[in-house]
Amino acid sequence: MSEQKKTAAHEPLFHLAKRSSVNPVAAMGIRLAAIVLGLLVCGLVAFALIEKLQNNPGKIGDFYYSFIKGSFTSERKLWKFLKNMAVLQCISLAVTPAFRMRFWNIGAEGQTLMGVLGAITMAFYFGGKVPEWQLLIMMFIAALIYGAVWAVIPALFKAKWNTNETLFTLMMNYVATYVVSYFLVIWVPSGSSTLGKLKFGKLPPLPFGNQYLLIILISLALTIFLFIYLKYSKQGYEISVVGESIRTAQYSGINVKKVIIRTMVVSGLLCGLAGFIIGAGLDQSVTTESVGGQGFTAIIVSWLANFNPLFMIVTSALISLLNSGAAQISQDFNVSGALPDVIVGIILFFIIGCEFFINYKFVFRHKETGKGAAK
Amino acid sequence: MNVWLNFLIESLAFGAVFMYGSTGEILTEKAGHLNLGIPGIMCMGGAGGCLVLNIIGPMNLHPVLVVILGVLGSLAMSMLMGLIYSFLTVTLRANQNVTGLALTTFGVGLMKVIMIKLDPTVYLVGPKKIFRWPFAERTDALQYLGVLFFVAVAIALIASWVLYRTKVGLRLRAVGENPGTADAVGVNVTKYKYLATCIGSGIAGLGGFYNIIDYQASQEAYLSLEAFGWLSIALVIFALWRPHMTIIGSTVFGFLFSCSSYIANIEGITVTMAAKPLLKMLPYVVTILVLIITSIRNKRENQPPASLGLAYFREER
Amino acid sequence: MEKKIALSMRGITKRFGSVVANHNVDLDVYEGEILSILGGNGCGKTTLMNMISGIYFPDEGKIFKNGEEVVIRSPKDAFDLRIGMIHQHFKLVDLFTAAENIVLGINEKGQHNMKSVNSRVAQIAEKYGFHIDPQKKIYDMSVSEKQTVEIIKVLYRGADILILDEPTAVLTPQEIERLFEVLRRMKADGKSIIIITHKLHEVLSVSDRVAILRKGEHIATVDTCDATESSLTEMMVGKKVTLDIDRSEPVNVQLRLEVKELNCIDSEGIQVLKDITFTANSGEILGIAGIAGSGQKELLEAIAGLQPIASGQIIFNNPKKDKPVTFFHKSMYRVKELAAQDAFHDKEGKPMRLKGMSNAQIRAQVAAENVLFREDEVMNLRGKTPLEIRSLGVRLSFVPEDRLGMGLVGSMGITDNMMLRSYRKGHGGFVDRKKPKALAEDIIKELEVSTPGVNTPVRRLSGGNVQKVLVGREIAFAPKVLMAAYPVRGLDINSSYTIYNLLNKQKQNGVAVIFVGEDLDVLLALCDRIMVINSGKITGMVDARSATKEEIGLLMTQTEAPTKEVAQ
Repeated sequence: MSEQKKTAAHEPLFHLAKRSSVNPVAAMGIRLAAIVLGLLVCGLVAFALIEKLQNNPGKIGDFYYSFIKGSFTSERKLWKFLKNMAVLQCISLAVTPAFRMRFWNIGAEGQTLMGVLGAITMAFYFGGKVPEWQLLIMMFIAALIYGAVWAVIPALFKAKWNTNETLFTLMMNYVATYVVSYFLVIWVPSGSSTLGKLKFGKLPPLPFGNQYLLIILISLALTIFLFIYLKYSKQGYEISVVGESIRTAQYSGINVKKVIIRTMVVSGLLCGLAGFIIGAGLDQSVTTESVGGQGFTAIIVSWLANFNPLFMIVTSALISLLNSGAAQISQDFNVSGALPDVIVGIILFFIIGCEFFINYKFVFRHKETGKGAAK
Repeated sequence: MNVWLNFLIESLAFGAVFMYGSTGEILTEKAGHLNLGIPGIMCMGGAGGCLVLNIIGPMNLHPVLVVILGVLGSLAMSMLMGLIYSFLTVTLRANQNVTGLALTTFGVGLMKVIMIKLDPTVYLVGPKKIFRWPFAERTDALQYLGVLFFVAVAIALIASWVLYRTKVGLRLRAVGENPGTADAVGVNVTKYKYLATCIGSGIAGLGGFYNIIDYQASQEAYLSLEAFGWLSIALVIFALWRPHMTIIGSTVFGFLFSCSSYIANIEGITVTMAAKPLLKMLPYVVTILVLIITSIRNKRENQPPASLGLAYFREER
Repeated sequence: MEKKIALSMRGITKRFGSVVANHNVDLDVYEGEILSILGGNGCGKTTLMNMISGIYFPDEGKIFKNGEEVVIRSPKDAFDLRIGMIHQHFKLVDLFTAAENIVLGINEKGQHNMKSVNSRVAQIAEKYGFHIDPQKKIYDMSVSEKQTVEIIKVLYRGADILILDEPTAVLTPQEIERLFEVLRRMKADGKSIIIITHKLHEVLSVSDRVAILRKGEHIATVDTCDATESSLTEMMVGKKVTLDIDRSEPVNVQLRLEVKELNCIDSEGIQVLKDITFTANSGEILGIAGIAGSGQKELLEAIAGLQPIASGQIIFNNPKKDKPVTFFHKSMYRVKELAAQDAFHDKEGKPMRLKGMSNAQIRAQVAAENVLFREDEVMNLRGKTPLEIRSLGVRLSFVPEDRLGMGLVGSMGITDNMMLRSYRKGHGGFVDRKKPKALAEDIIKELEVSTPGVNTPVRRLSGGNVQKVLVGREIAFAPKVLMAAYPVRGLDINSSYTIYNLLNKQKQNGVAVIFVGEDLDVLLALCDRIMVINSGKITGMVDARSATKEEIGLLMTQTEAPTKEVAQ
């Protein structure tokens, strides 16, 4: 595979070659163009779906303004936007170590949900029986353990028998969902399976600033922590080497299986932490929808940021911005609450697609092709 | 009718939803593409069919025509979704997981937006009887075995036949196993990937349509489609990438998934509330077990297609 | 009888970037003959054949099939012209049966009728004397069976020109004999067969004519009956080229590495190393010559702890080290006795005879670790992981053949690549980038690596610079043994000389250098001793100062080990 091959001549006009280097400015330009193009298509789709727009095409300006209106026009909206972004950022950070190792962990949804469950389990059984601070610590530890266990199971099988991790982690998400509904049935005797807000185990807000400030700060701290972990720690270095080439890892004496398992534990711990934030910091309750698909969105966020924790601030902001903007649109234009998904989906198609133009180039035949396609 | 037989038939009918979904997904995966967009595609397949039924409802067309147009609407919409997926992952070589997840987000959302606008009295009430032919008048479980159920079984069998008995199937499997080799002997890898993904998406989309219009036949049926989509992906593993196995697998899944609500009606058996989620969890747990056992036994025939999830770029071979 | 020309090439030239792989090659292939293409590594044999089979398209020149000019742009074009190539790396779908692989991609009307396919396969097999089970899955097959499938795949498509790229490299002698039998039958059937090979006796035993390529040029085509092993070798290796490499005399030669009866079996069950026994000494360069794929890679990886070993020993002799005397093993009487024999010395290296000291004084001296003796450390590296080898204190450096796939991390900068084997150093969980960065800067300066910066991904550097980074790093760890596999492959002259000088310097510093090379002129000019291996076996050990190219060439291409004693 690594063999350098010259282009065969049977491609007619041009052929594709991987770019050996990517100009970051050009890459940014391509991505921006993709987002703009995506927004234009969103406008077209909006015309098809929103009656108010069909009746009054002049409102298209309002349509685009909603993306700003959704997040920035009031302090409350701004904080909410930052909170959403912080939670998404946490989960995105959690999936990143595994992805950098090319371990396709798409089980963040389940791992985070288990984290929420872990925290709430403690609050449910021990709430009011132990001091609040002690309860919070128990919730924190339980969330981390639940998340880590959920993540390490597929990793063990991957390391031992090379069990396909993508499919395994995907299935674990649904098992987690039903574990949660099982406990809800047990906990809520009425049969409604809806656990109300618990009285105990609430992460207290900071004495100053907004109620969400603590969560935002945690997420920021986590971002910095993970950036340092991946870039400056020995373990982070090992992750990068394993992700690049198993052969190189063996050459340098890295125990690949150990790294796989350890990294998934880290991913699971971080998912558990995100679950703790959701459980103790926001909801004080658990439902099967506690994570609400953010575990999947996080994969996209992490991938878009090229698995770099700092870039992830930008991508998670972008996705959150689109989400709250689209929510604003469904409110203002009186359409289904599912519209944000449509808009986010369209924009994602464009961003995902544009990566191609960043990574590949067209080489035309008559031009001297130079060094060919290096791997 | 015997209550157990009734139950079995209903499991079969329910399972047909996954039968469509996983047969479609198998075709895609056999071409080397893990399509996590299947839930979204099934949703859009349902929405597409209902949209057409909603339009032609007032026209009082011949029942056969209604079925055909409904199916065509469903196919068109889901194949369009498949086209988006294949353009992104085959031509633009985007990451398959990310593309699939985005497609699901998009498809589920768009379906909800569309379905809310449709009138159930138009797309559901009349057509339901037509689609449930020939058992539309029955009150037992047989009523669920409508036209689309038999189509599902037929498609699963035909898909198996095509995959394992025909030239096209041989080439398709070669593309999923080793695209470089397929390319070297002159198989058009891109064409096969596109075809498998789009046809697979069309089939999966029919599952969504079937669920809304026939099996559940209710106004809220579309809300459970996403979950059924994920279950279909699980079923692919359970069926070991063999379409005909989905007929059995989907019945088992249907049984497990619905028995929580059904068993309570059977005399002598009581299911506690707490057992329901556990029963619903079973299909996934069983799937995980199948995944683990096949990886331990390491029998080559039962493994995922070798190039699953990897983009093919000729220059890199 | 006048033989008809089946295929001819005129003026074929192919360049890859600045490298000319084939230059103005003319070649004819007759019907009903076996033509061998003979040449050393990188002489352009495979490239030339790839142009007939549609993998590459020639930059210049024409190809004629049965007298008509043809254009071959893809493997499919080649098939349509009834040309088929059996590549060294088989292109088969593992999960399919032989028959399924054979018909894959064939455009016939209707469905493949597997029954008639099987019977046609059986027919072909019978006609040419193959043994094959069409229903057998590829993953259950041995290498030789897989090769059979590839050949039948080509025949099934009606090829009348078959090209086999080193078909015998992976076969046992019995299998080779069977293959040759098949080839002779095909020839009798009027097919043209081209085999690419390095093995002289095979050339002589199977082919009718031999075309010799050297450095991309067609040297000559001779009838096999007029050729001898030595005449072919001479044409293949060419005249000796004098290289301007300073070779110093070995200094302070001491046994450093001892490999004893090493056997390795790879994942496909092929024995890649057979009873390898040799020694590598400090202060000299041991060259390893051999056709590519003769087991060089496996040998080095086995020593480095990356290749599982079936049997044998790898003994590392750590150079003598000063160790303090203790009373743990020795009695006072024995200590005095040894001291009298000049066995001990002090920290300055002066002998310590302990004369006139009281027992108490001696005890005090010993307790203060002032009494030292020298001892060799002997370690067996067999079955140790690279990390275990390093933690034993064995300073073994390894420059692998696959620079970016094994030796370096392509997406990382030079600094990060410097840490690859040393990042564990230091306490705490964080990597120290200061020293690696300084090292990176040193290497960039010393070896004149041209790079935009220490953090530019090494993948973006040119081949020569990548190699300088890798060799630089491995040398920086002050190795006792330095193994380098093809360290100058793909490098320009200047970079190559930089590498030669580095290796020479290591030798002068008392390192045992093992150099796997492909250019015989370089091996002869650089090394002290040259070990020749062929198909995983040692076929000779020669003195690089007196050996000739022909001698080594013969050892490389002979399959039978020479009967004479292997020189030490």
